[in-house]
Amino acid sequence: MAEVTTTAELMDYDEAMERFDPVLGLEVHVELNTASKMFCGCSTAFGADPNTQTCPVCLGLPGSLPVVNGTAVESAIRIGLALNCEVATWCRFSRKNYFYPDMPKDYQVSQYDEPICFDGHVDLEVNGDVFRIEIERVHMEEDAGKLVHQGGDTGRIHGADHSLVDYNRAGVPLMEIVTKPIRGLGTRAPEVGRAYMAHLRDLMVALGVSHARMEQGNLRCDANVSLMPKGSDELGTRTETKNVNSLRSVEGALRFEIQRQGALLAEGGRVVQETRHWHEEGWTSPGRSKETAEDYRYFPEPDLVPVAPSREWVEQLRASLPEPPASKRTRLQAEYGFTDLQMRDVLGNAGSLDLIEATVLAGSSAAAARKWWLGELARRANDAGVDLADLTITPQQVAAVQALVDEGSLNDKLARQVIEGVLAGEGEPAQVVADRGLAVVSDEGALSQAVDEAIAANPDVAERIREGKVQAAGALIGAVMKAMRGQADAARVRELILQKLS
Amino acid sequence: MAQSPTTLSVEEVARLAALARIDLTTEELEHFAPQLEVILDSVASVSEVARADVPPTSHALPLTNVFRADEVRESLPVEAVLANAPASEDDRFRVPRILGED
Ligand SMILES: [Zn+2]
Repeated sequence: MAEVTTTAELMDYDEAMERFDPVLGLEVHVELNTASKMFCGCSTAFGADPNTQTCPVCLGLPGSLPVVNGTAVESAIRIGLALNCEVATWCRFSRKNYFYPDMPKDYQVSQYDEPICFDGHVDLEVNGDVFRIEIERVHMEEDAGKLVHQGGDTGRIHGADHSLVDYNRAGVPLMEIVTKPIRGLGTRAPEVGRAYMAHLRDLMVALGVSHARMEQGNLRCDANVSLMPKGSDELGTRTETKNVNSLRSVEGALRFEIQRQGALLAEGGRVVQETRHWHEEGWTSPGRSKETAEDYRYFPEPDLVPVAPSREWVEQLRASLPEPPASKRTRLQAEYGFTDLQMRDVLGNAGSLDLIEATVLAGSSAAAARKWWLGELARRANDAGVDLADLTITPQQVAAVQALVDEGSLNDKLARQVIEGVLAGEGEPAQVVADRGLAVVSDEGALSQAVDEAIAANPDVAERIREGKVQAAGALIGAVMKAMRGQADAARVRELILQKLS
Repeated sequence: MAQSPTTLSVEEVARLAALARIDLTTEELEHFAPQLEVILDSVASVSEVARADVPPTSHALPLTNVFRADEVRESLPVEAVLANAPASEDDRFRVPRILGED
């Protein structure tokens, strides 16, 4: 087991903020959702048996030749355009040479000094304030294989006696999005870092270029942090915390490094330039020292010809860009008539706005869609520890359940049971209704008889209703609903009771 | 011609060997350094004919934008994938543990 505590001294966060200005640099890797790999036709499907999605190209066998996946280039350009980048008129791939078993060729095909997109920016709105993040570059590369260390503690290398390698992921298209140094965030730095990551995730989903599942590693952040003493203009030594793979972790890792570096610098110590590992318990530990700057001996990839996107193609792709997430949020809030408070709840539930939108497009009212996704479904996602979007129910199915409610075939309680059935894999809502026998009883005869029985069994209540105490009807409605095993439309039952006792 | 030959120090060769994870003895380093120097010199002779008006190139053919459609093709059977592996386990390549990195 990894230790769950850190020996690093931490400075109080507020004190660190009084004494230092943090400077961030975020490198985000995005795995594309192309069907095939970057340079070969192997599938990119997640979760296949080890080494079943490999071929001579992605295994780096001698004599094999890569060919670029056109869709991946298109996705790279669309990402760049959505981040307000320039698109190169001509650029090349390079070999990044390193020797580690996750890369069978002993080099990664990447881009070095000629990225496909560069010089962009995004404006983030974070709790009412707008922060501009400058984008240095977006470049194309390939993912590496996966290592499992055997014999010692799992995961980390210490004590491992050998490693096992699965190359299914080797060669999956990967985009690296790199910011310029981000200054001037002050105490908001960790929060803005998190918002940036959330923005990229939403953007990738909106563009349809990545599954953007952080828990599956589709989106991974390397977070660089350094501190400048207040009033100074000199960049401090930075650390790079690798593979920070959730929004919460991005915020946590930035905050931790600010506190750790603050304590070091305050004691007159110095920050070591190194990569660090993030631990989900909320701390970082030192990894490889970068004192000897990495020497990847990049050179242009001789097996691939340059990429020279024509301006026509770029403009076509620009025209195909979806609405930017920020303006979409503003538009939908107005269309759906959500209050600011309701909207904050929606935005606080990752992915819920898209789900609500899809549910509305499938025929539901916005209010009902919001009620389902932020109520019953948010609760169930929370209980199961998954994202809303990962629940096994589609917006169309939610809309179908709501349609049954609207037409009076289901009441709220029954509708929740239908939702439960769909989540449990019992099929479409109509199927669940049929199999579980959940429809509200619309047989007026049966309903009328149940009401008569309830009146007969509760003569005193009935008497009070006759005297005009309408609120007493609740007790009779309860009795009827119980007799009907919940499968009645409560509003109709109330009507019948009042009719009969008027 | 007869430019001063590229000098490649034993230290540089040692560094390259370390980057390539090749463990060389001092004798081997001293043996290989002059050999690599000969190779570098031979390649460097190309720049003698390349004049200022000849731009460097990374590819022999004047092609750009060679793309394939994003279509899945059959991969190799896992037995074939592992056939040349010195060691495998659970359908994965088995490699010695690696120190100093993660
Ligand atoms: Zn392949």
